[in-house]
Order: sequence, then structure tokens, then C-alpha cells
Amino acid sequence: MGKVVFKIGNDVSTDIIYPGRFMATLLPTETPQYAFADDVEFSKKLRAGEILKGSIVVAGQNFGCGSSREQAASCLKGYDLIIVARHFSRIFLQNSINLGLQTIICPDIEADEGNELEIEPEYVQNKTTGGKFKIVPLPKARQAIIDAGGLVPYTKALLLRRMQK
Amino acid sequence: MGMTYVQKVLAKACGKSLVAHGDVVEPEVHLAMSHENGALVMNQFAEIYKDTGIDAKIWNPDRIAIILDHRVPAESSKTATNQKKIREFVAKQGIKKFHDIRGDEGGICHQILPEYGYVRPGYVVVGTDSHTTSHGALGAFAFGIGATEMASVWALGNILNVEVPGTIKVNVNGKFPAYVGAKDLILYLIGRLTAEGANFKVLEFHGETIRKMSTSGRLTICNMSVEAGATSGIVPPDEETLNYLKNIAGIRGKIEIYGPDKDAEYEQVIDIDVSRLGPQIACPHTVDNIKPVEEVTGKKVQQIVIGSCTNGRLDDLETAANILKGKKVALGTRMLIFPASWRIYQEAMKKGYLSILAEAGAVICNPGCGPCLGIHQGALGDQETALATTNRNFKGRMGNPNAEVYLCSPEVAAASAITGVISDPRAGGR
Repeated sequence: MGKVVFKIGNDVSTDIIYPGRFMATLLPTETPQYAFADDVEFSKKLRAGEILKGSIVVAGQNFGCGSSREQAASCLKGYDLIIVARHFSRIFLQNSINLGLQTIICPDIEADEGNELEIEPEYVQNKTTGGKFKIVPLPKARQAIIDAGGLVPYTKALLLRRMQK
Repeated sequence: MGMTYVQKVLAKACGKSLVAHGDVVEPEVHLAMSHENGALVMNQFAEIYKDTGIDAKIWNPDRIAIILDHRVPAESSKTATNQKKIREFVAKQGIKKFHDIRGDEGGICHQILPEYGYVRPGYVVVGTDSHTTSHGALGAFAFGIGATEMASVWALGNILNVEVPGTIKVNVNGKFPAYVGAKDLILYLIGRLTAEGANFKVLEFHGETIRKMSTSGRLTICNMSVEAGATSGIVPPDEETLNYLKNIAGIRGKIEIYGPDKDAEYEQVIDIDVSRLGPQIACPHTVDNIKPVEEVTGKKVQQIVIGSCTNGRLDDLETAANILKGKKVALGTRMLIFPASWRIYQEAMKKGYLSILAEAGAVICNPGCGPCLGIHQGALGDQETALATTNRNFKGRMGNPNAEVYLCSPEVAAASAITGVISDPRAGGR
């Protein structure tokens, strides 16, 4: 169970999630300080440590559109947020899976800030409103990477297997 | 059932005779491009090899290109240090397709790759930049990926778990009216598809308008295909492609080209007649917020930008110079010119375009990504408005979330520079 700590609309670009002017900062250990930097209130809460791990961001269509900057996924992963969106933009979704940021595709999601959501294998249940919303499985090509815990361990294992041959 | 262009490219790159939409494949990568974010790729590459006992060597350094363009010359010590680490890595790994901050061979990655013949028809090209879609203009299947995905490519030489995408066929016919061109076409298409209309799909361009279009125009439309969410935008190669690769990129020897099968299956077919298309404007703060120029004329602009990987080529500078010759940039408006590469800069200098623009009052900046992503030069002040030939107008994009960006063609940008307000170039740039 997690609480919705932030609700945002359609077409949220990676410039909103991680503004371009901070792109010289690259490392996943350093990027979280700039997550949603232009949303003064939410970024302040994040930086103050007021947001619990496993908290949920609810978004509309095409979340993470625009630039391929991986900082947009790593900065959210730094707070172990879960992103429930009506849909994601391709590159952001793949970056998230590669880094182990939990992304849930839920085309009909209805939830407001403060609601408690239970994420089950096939549904998101809004415990506050009683709503139940179907989850679309992640692209099948990506499940193996999620199961491995991200692309770094996945590639590492593959590399070792290739070397043994 | 036949194959689309992308299916054919992927089948070849996987050593298969057939791949179908939805298949999961692991194609060989022919070119893997990064820019300053190569520093993050290096970090993730080291993570992959950590505790394996294997020496961290790139699978094939000849297939890696690294081009410094996003923040050149460095705007901060942090960037300069990242660029220095990249130089050291490039030397250690023996990467030859490296373009440093130089006035002879530098420029924006999406311009350098075509100019130097690093991309060819039928290639699978990945880049740690969303506008890698540009290279579909030369018949490559080219798409953007993240830094960790690139680190995996550097280690393995193929890209893992690619789902063969569906394709939207876009047929473009008719002759462009005066002052209307490739940029207006792609803006119009994005408006029609919306910002997610082609998410996880490929746009394959056909029709007489595309066949007659220069590679420069094709680069513009493929570049911005990602703004409709497309994985890739592709023009199946033809005589124009071969001419560009031989005469501009200097490739010697035979280049194999092919098109999609005649009975290929498309998810959607879109027909566009450009003969009645007018100049298009993307209004704040999404690229699919498209309006005909007539609906926004008169809007005051403080900054005009001509440049970027979308519209910073020689023909774009020529267009601007033709409109601004003998005229002046309006008082209260600043105009910034960012050629897409130093080769273009030098040619524009020789042809006199740069002096025409400077005499009109424009500031000629060095090739690079410049103000497009708001990190380096040309940031906007609070409540200011910019009109740019770049590719994105997201909130905060030009360095300030309290400013706004409109996107347009070089024709509209140049005409508006004279008036200081968004203007219709067909009206004669009064």
C-alpha cells in the first residue's frame, strides 16, 4: 500500500521531471536533488525527506516524453517512488525498467493526492475511493530485465555467460 | 505478408529472413552514438564489468561515435571535467569517431553523423539522445536510448530485447507553396498525430514530396518524428540518399539500398497534400499544440533562435540570409544563430550568409546545441517569449520555467526577426 503524494497531468516531459539546466549532473547518487526541481512545493518535500519510500506519483498519458536523459528516471528511483501513469513515453519507460524504477501502466487510473493505492499484479485498487483499475502488462521484451533487477545485472550475467562459451 | 522498411532492416541485423511486428529481437548495432552523456555511459559500463574479472573493453570501438555538442565550449567546471573524462576514455578505448570542441570537425551529433558518412542505409543506429531519429533520413533504423542501455550495447555489440515496432505510413504529395517547407510539414503532422500518436511506432515517409526533398529537409522531418512519440522516422533510401552519401559524406564504393515490400502491413496510413499547407507554429508548452501562423501573428518575441539539429543547416541559413539581407533585427528582439556544424559554419561564412545576418544584428554563435536545451547559452528571462527553429517548447526548455517558446520554420523566424513579433513570411517581412 502506498500513498499518492503527487498528481500530474498528460505529456509530462523529462524537462519537467529533470530540467535541462541540471544535465551536467549525471550520477544516480546525485540526481535526486533536482527531481521536479521547477515544482517548488513537491521538490521541497522530496529534498526534506518528507516523502516515504514506496509513495506513488499518479500521471496521465505520455509520462516522460521528450529527451532520453536517464537522469529523469534515476532522480525518481533515488526516492523509490512508484509511477502509476495512463501511459509512458517509450524511452522513459525503458530507462525506468533498466534502472529498476517501478512503473505501472494503468490507462483508467483515477486517484487524487492523499489516496491510498494497493498495487496488485493485475489491478490498482484505490482503497480511499473503492475504485479498481486494470494494469496493462509492461512490454514483454522488458520483463526479463525487470526479473534480473535491472539492465546492469542482466548484461553482467549475459557477458559472463558469453565469456564462458 | 511483406515487411515494412524497419522489419527488413531488423531482419538483416538479426540474420533472419523474416521478423514480424511484436517479435522480440536482439539486432547487431552498426553505430552507437553518445555526446556529453557518454560520461554517464562510461559509469554504467564500469558497473557492468565490476567484479566480473573481465577487462572492460568496448566490443568494437570503430562502431562508437562520441560527439561533444551539448555544452561546448564547457559552461562550467563540472562539464569541463566530464568532457576531460570522455577524452581520456576515448584515447584508452581507441575510439576514432570522436569529435571534440574544434572549429574544423566539430558540431551537433545529428549533423556530424550524416556529414562524415557514419550512417548508411540499412544500419541499426542507437544514440543516447532522443533526436537520434534524425538518421532515418538516410535510411537507417535509428532510435534514442538511455545511458544504461548504451553501456549494455558497448559491452555486447547488440541491443537487447527490442520489440519490432508497428509502422505508420505517411504519404506526402504536392508542391510546397512559397515560404513553406519540411518544418511546416512535420509540425503539421505532429499536430495531427499528437505528442503520443506514434509512441512505440515508426513513421515511414513516402510520396513525391519526400522523393523531391533534399536530405536536409528529410533530416528535419525524421529529427522531429520523436515529438509525435515515434521510435524512429524513416525515409526509405533513394537516388537523393546516394547522392548525399557520395557527394557530401564522401563515401566511396557501393551502397546497397532497398525499400519496404509492396505488400507490407501498416498500422495506419496518413495522406498529406502540402500544396495548400501554410506556415505552422508549435505554441507553448507542447510540440503538438500546432496552429497556423495566422492565429499567432503579432505575438511579441524577445528572442529568435535559428539553429539546432532540426534547422541549423546551410539551406536554413541561406533562407534566413535571403529574408534578412539589407534589413535589421527589430529593436528589443535579439536573434541568435547556431549553425549545426563547423562545416556548415565555414560554408555559410564563405557564401556570405553569416555577414548578412550579423549586419542585420544577429549574433552568430558557435555550432552546438546552444539554447535549445537551456543549459549553456541563450537562456530566457522571466516572462520572455522565444521563437525558435528548434524542436521542443516544453516548459523550462530554454532555461526558464517562467518563459515560453514557440517553434517554427527558418522562414517564419527570419521574417519575425525584422518585425519583433510573430510574422507570416508570405506577407513579405514588413
